Amino acid sequence: MSWRTFAPLLAAILLLAGPAQAQLTIEIIGGGANQIPIAVLPFAGESALPQSITEIIEQDLSRSGRFRAIFVGGVSPPPTEIAQVDFPEWKSRLADAMVIGQAQRLPDGKLEVRFRLLDVLKQSQIGGIAFTLTAAQTRLTAHKIADFIYEKMTGERGVFSTRIAYIVKQGPRHELRVADADGQNAQSILISSEPIMSPAWSPDGSFQNKKPILFVQNLSASKQPAPVANYRGSNSAPAWSPDGKQLAAVLTKDGTSQIYLMSPDGTNLRRLTVSQAIDTEPFFTPDGQSIYFTSDRGGSPQIYRMPASGGEPVRMTFEGDYNVSPRVSPDGKVLAYISRVSGRFQLMVMDLESKQVQTLTEGQRDESPSFAPNGRIILYATDVDNRGVLAAVSSDGRFRQRLGIQAADVREPSWGPFLGN
Amino acid sequence: MKKTLFSALTLALLYGCASTPVETEKPAAPSVQPSLPVSPPVAARPVPAAPQIDLSKRSVFYDYDKYDIKDEYRPALQAHGKYLAENRGKKMLIQGNCDERGSREYNIALGQRRAEGVKRMLVLMGATESQVEPVSLGEEKPRCTDHAEGCWSQNRRSDMLYGGEY
Repeated sequence: MSWRTFAPLLAAILLLAGPAQAQLTIEIIGGGANQIPIAVLPFAGESALPQSITEIIEQDLSRSGRFRAIFVGGVSPPPTEIAQVDFPEWKSRLADAMVIGQAQRLPDGKLEVRFRLLDVLKQSQIGGIAFTLTAAQTRLTAHKIADFIYEKMTGERGVFSTRIAYIVKQGPRHELRVADADGQNAQSILISSEPIMSPAWSPDGSFQNKKPILFVQNLSASKQPAPVANYRGSNSAPAWSPDGKQLAAVLTKDGTSQIYLMSPDGTNLRRLTVSQAIDTEPFFTPDGQSIYFTSDRGGSPQIYRMPASGGEPVRMTFEGDYNVSPRVSPDGKVLAYISRVSGRFQLMVMDLESKQVQTLTEGQRDESPSFAPNGRIILYATDVDNRGVLAAVSSDGRFRQRLGIQAADVREPSWGPFLGN
Repeated sequence: MKKTLFSALTLALLYGCASTPVETEKPAAPSVQPSLPVSPPVAARPVPAAPQIDLSKRSVFYDYDKYDIKDEYRPALQAHGKYLAENRGKKMLIQGNCDERGSREYNIALGQRRAEGVKRMLVLMGATESQVEPVSLGEEKPRCTDHAEGCWSQNRRSDMLYGGEY
């Protein structure tokens, strides 16, 4: 049966499930250079929280590749005010920065967490925030604190409180999950006995998911996904415009796979590419002006760029005979894509100004790159012993990590946007 | 709730039918037509190739990265095209498939291209556009799941399914 035929039934097999069973586990491979040594001290009264908030903060910072955690043992009681800090001690432990804080239960049952980020050398406070939260918000609060520290220390926005989406396949069962950027706190969004493919986040953080039919899934409301494109043949490869007002997708209603633009509800359909070849995998540039895509119009799959308003495509890749899956960095300066090199599929980055190309990974089957919203990390799918896992590499290629689930294939990661504060 | 379960089950079963490889490439064909003792070469008189035999061939296989149809599949496609031309009420679904290597989305497009090629050939042989719908399963529905060429070559395939079979 065709996917088109079973589409109307899809709604019948969707389940909105709770927390996902198996969590992603993280393995760090390789280290970054110029890491900032930071001491994250236990917060006074931290045991009032369901999880160790400072442990999550420290792990976030370490996993970014930009920080190195300093041993914090032997300090009791932990300081909560700047006046209580023994700065010479932390200087001797080689910390450049340190984090102190406290947690307590408020009379109304809510929790309060306050922290201070300190400059050890200047013996001064860099910043601090107080949060009021529920127990269930402990993780999110930890990620927000890590984001604050990351931004103060590196000058770039942190991505610890953003979310990632990915597909988990176990036997015939396909599951769309959304998790914290560290792979924890995974939620099942969609479960199906038929393939789920190519999830793409809209700029405001709602979700779009694709079968050979395109659906838009709103994450905030527990609604059934709404089909937006269900034409003759295959409907695939969704991509959102940066303003969220347009959706690019690949339809075959007029013959071979061509790129079309439409409103998020599927109306205002218009054809963008006009070729006799395969045109697929559209991706908007951050300014919304151009679309990158994959086409075999030159005889082999290569990456092209064209104006989002239509016009003549320009070929971007020339080396090799298989360059696919273009994604542009959030600052618009770097193109990430997958290239086949001697039979291996590897993640490449191209500096769009100099056109210089760098190989970032050496996997056998690396696929589906996705930039973190701050552009520092690229998440992608790879496999280890023929099992699909997610991997992340810093955009300079120095720092890597892997996220996997036992006994399941994890694939097609898609990093969500920054959320409004 | 009951209804939901029923739908899901129906779906799984329906799919099960579609994914079971339809008897393909049986060495049956040669045995049905044993090489007859060749009597004086008859001038190319088109033997009305027993349609049942060619219609039993339901799959076209491809080289890596390719979607062109090899000559060996032409007789079967001719037979199916003719059959569709003679039976306008019949419908066919063509499912294009790819091996697992490369981009999933590109493979959806490649599978579509493969199915589209089969459709064009059938239309050329007399079928109408509305009788055949080409769709792609990309690399999502592998018939064979080992990670080696022995499997990959089986998965680079278009299947022709008649109405009632999908």
